[in-house]
Amino acid sequence: MLGRVAHGIFWMYRYLERAENTARLLAAGQRMALTRGQDLADSEWKSVLTTLGLRPAYEEHFEDYTGAHVCDFVLRSKHNPESVLSMVERARTNARTCRSALTAEVWEAVNEGWMTLRDLLAKPVRDATLGAALGAIRRESTLARGATHGSMLRNETYCFTRLGTFLERADNTARILDVKYYLLLPSISYVGTPLDSGQWDNVLRSLSAERAYRWLNAGRMDARSIADFLILDDRFPRSLVFCYSTLRENLAELAQLHGAEGECHAAMREADLRLNDKTVEDIFEQGLHQFLLEFIADNQRLAGAIAQDYRFVS
Amino acid sequence: MTASEPSNFDEMHAPDGSVRQAYRGYQRWLEQQEDGWMKRKDFEAESFFRRTGITFNVYGENDAEERLIPFDMVPRIISGGEWRRLSKGIEQRVRALNAFMHDLYHRQEIIRSGRLPERLFRNNAAWLPQMVGFTPPGGVYTHITGIDLVRTGPDEFMVLEDNARTPSGVSYMLENRETMMAMFPELFSTVKVRDVSDYPRRLAKSLAACAPQGAGPKPSIAVLTPGIFNSAYYEHAFLADQMGAELVEGSDLRVVNGKVQMRTTVGFRPVDVLYRRVDDEYLDPLSFNPDSVLGVPGIMDVYRAGNITIANAPGTGVADDKAIYSFMPEIVEFYTGEEAILPNVETWRCADPDSLKYVLDNLADLVVKEVHGSGGYGMLIGPTASKKDIATFRKKLENNPDNYIAQPTLSLSTCPIFTKKGLAPRHVDLRPFVLCSPDGVDITPGGLTRVALKKGSLVVNSSQGGGTKDSWVLDD
Repeated sequence: MLGRVAHGIFWMYRYLERAENTARLLAAGQRMALTRGQDLADSEWKSVLTTLGLRPAYEEHFEDYTGAHVCDFVLRSKHNPESVLSMVERARTNARTCRSALTAEVWEAVNEGWMTLRDLLAKPVRDATLGAALGAIRRESTLARGATHGSMLRNETYCFTRLGTFLERADNTARILDVKYYLLLPSISYVGTPLDSGQWDNVLRSLSAERAYRWLNAGRMDARSIADFLILDDRFPRSLVFCYSTLRENLAELAQLHGAEGECHAAMREADLRLNDKTVEDIFEQGLHQFLLEFIADNQRLAGAIAQDYRFVS
Repeated sequence: MTASEPSNFDEMHAPDGSVRQAYRGYQRWLEQQEDGWMKRKDFEAESFFRRTGITFNVYGENDAEERLIPFDMVPRIISGGEWRRLSKGIEQRVRALNAFMHDLYHRQEIIRSGRLPERLFRNNAAWLPQMVGFTPPGGVYTHITGIDLVRTGPDEFMVLEDNARTPSGVSYMLENRETMMAMFPELFSTVKVRDVSDYPRRLAKSLAACAPQGAGPKPSIAVLTPGIFNSAYYEHAFLADQMGAELVEGSDLRVVNGKVQMRTTVGFRPVDVLYRRVDDEYLDPLSFNPDSVLGVPGIMDVYRAGNITIANAPGTGVADDKAIYSFMPEIVEFYTGEEAILPNVETWRCADPDSLKYVLDNLADLVVKEVHGSGGYGMLIGPTASKKDIATFRKKLENNPDNYIAQPTLSLSTCPIFTKKGLAPRHVDLRPFVLCSPDGVDITPGGLTRVALKKGSLVVNSSQGGGTKDSWVLDD
C-alpha cells in the first residue's frame, strides 16, 4: 500500500478515537459538575481542558469555566483547531483521501457520521442537548470502528487502523489518569487512602471503566487499585497493557507481511520492557506521574518510528 | 402529462401523445405506481448520494463545497437497434481519432494531402512537440474517449464534441444505474436493460493491454489524481477502487532507476500504466509547467523510453479543439476510407472570413464557442443571450476570430424529468464512453445522459446546473 495512504488511515483512526475519548471526558465532566458545588465544577472543567491540552487556548477567549463555554470550545469552536468537529472533519477528509483503501461500509459510516455531527454541532450546544451530542459522537466513532471490524480485509491496511486506534487510546488513557490523579488530588498525602469516591468514580467514567472496575473490585475505591486496573489489567480494552498488546500484535503482523522489522519494532520491545512484569507497587515507587509522563513520551516516539518505517511522508 | 413542443424531438412521446416503442415497458411500470411515490423516491435518491459521497466540486465556489449533481429518476431509453447504429459510428470515429493522433505526431499525411490546414494544430496549445516521432505503447493514444452526442430526430444523432483528453462522468453512469436498481428493482425484471457495471473491469483490461513491453503478465495500474479538491475526485477514487488499482497523487510518485515508481510502505514499487486524471501541462514539471506539484518530474523521459504507459497519451487534447472538430468528417474519411457514419453539427469556423461575416450577421441565432473551451464556459447562446452579451461577443469575435466557431442553435431532443407538477420534457445529450486498446474498441452500452433541468435550457453541463439520468440501452 502507499505510504501516504497508510499515513491517512493511521490518522483517520487516531482522530476518531480522540473524538470519542473527548466526548467521554466531557460526559464525565458534566456529570461531575452537576453533582458537585460550583468550586468543584469549575476545577472539574479546568481539568478537562488541561487533559486535552486546551487550557491556554481556552483562556485566550474565556475567563470563566462554565460547562457551556468549555463544552462549546471543545466541541465546535472555530477558535479551537482541535475541536471535536474538526477532528471528525479531518477523519472524514482522510477517509476521502484513502477512499480506495476502505470498504464502502467504513466510508459510509465515517461520511454519515460527519454529516450527523456537522448538523448537530452547527449551533452552540446547550445543557439540554449536550448529552445527545456527546452520545452521537461516541456512536459515530463506534459505528466506524464496527464497520472496520466487520468489513475490512485483515491486511496491511487493517494493521494501520489498529495501530492508529490503540496508539491514540493509550495516549488518552495515560493523560486522563495523569491529570485526574496529579492535578485533582488536593495533596500528595491522600495517595493510597480512600478519598472522595466521587472523584475516582469520575476517573473511571472518563474511560467508560466504572462498570468493569466495579465488577472486578467490588467495594474498593483507592488510587492503587484504580491505577492497577487502568494501567495493568489486560482484560480492560482501554488499559495501557491492553493497548500495547494490540499494538504488539499488529506490528508483528506487519513484520510478517513485509518480511522485515523496523525501528518501530525495536521501540515496541523497549516499551514492553517498561510495561511487562510491572506491578502497581513498582509504578508507585517510581511515581505515577513520572511513569505516565515517560509512557506518553515513549508512545509518541513509537508513533514517530511507525511513520518513519512505513514511509508516511517522502 | 405534457406533450413536447412540436419543434423538439421528444424521445418518450410521439407528437400524437402516444408513447414511443422504446419507452413502452417503462410506461407500463409507471402506470402501476401509487400517487406520491415519486417524492418519496426522490428523497431516497438524494440521501443515497449524500451517504455514498458522490459529489462534485464546482470550480469558482469559494469554499469548494461538495455539491451533488442532481439525479433524475426517469431513465433515458435507447432501443437496441438505435444503439447498434450509434456504436458503429462511435467506433469508426474513435479509430479515426487514434489514427489522426498518430499521423499528427508522425508523417502528417493529412496536412501534406491538403485536407487539414497546418496552422490549426501549430497554434494549438494542446499540441506537444515532445510527442513528435514517438509512438505510445500499443500505438494507442485515446485509451478512453467520451463522444458527446445530441439528437434532433428519430434517426438524427450527431456528434457535438469529442473528449479525447480526459473525459469524465463515467462514475455517474455507473452510480446512476446502481441507484436505479436499488430504488426500482422490479423495473429491471420487467424491462431488459444492457448491463454497464463491468466498465471498470473492461477499463482495467483495456489499460493492461496497452502496458509497455517488459511490464510482465500482470501490469501494475495506478490512477493519478490531483487530489480531493479536484471536481472529479470522487470519480478518480471510485475507478481506482473498482479496478483494484492504486489511487496515487504526484507526491507518491518518483522516477527511480528509469521507471516511475510509487512510494509504498515497503519502498518504491514500479507503475506500468498510469491512468492520469491530471492535465498534460501538470504532468511533468521538467517538461511542461515547472510549478506543477501535481505531476512527476521526469515522467516524460520514462515515457519516451517506453517504460510507462500514460492514458490518455499526452497531446491528445488537440482532438478536443473545436476547430479540429469541424474537420472531423474529412478526418474520418481520410483514415478509414469511409464516409462518417455520425455527422457533425454544422459548424462555421470564424477564422474563415466568409463564415465570420455570416456569424456576425446572425449572432442572435447561433451558439458561439471558444475553440479550446470546455465545460460550458465561455460560450454564447444567441437566442437566450442579452443584447449586452451579444455585443461583448461581437467584439471578441472581431478581435480574435481564430479563437471561435459557431453552430446553429439545435433543437435538441427532450426526455421527460420528474418535476413537482409531474413529467416535463427537458433537453438531453449523451456521452458514451469508449475504450481503445490493441485488442479493439470497446463501447459500454449507453453512457452518461446529461439533462438541462431548467425549462427550455440547452445547457446540460453539471458545472452549470445540469443533472444526469440513467441511460438504458434495451436488450431487444
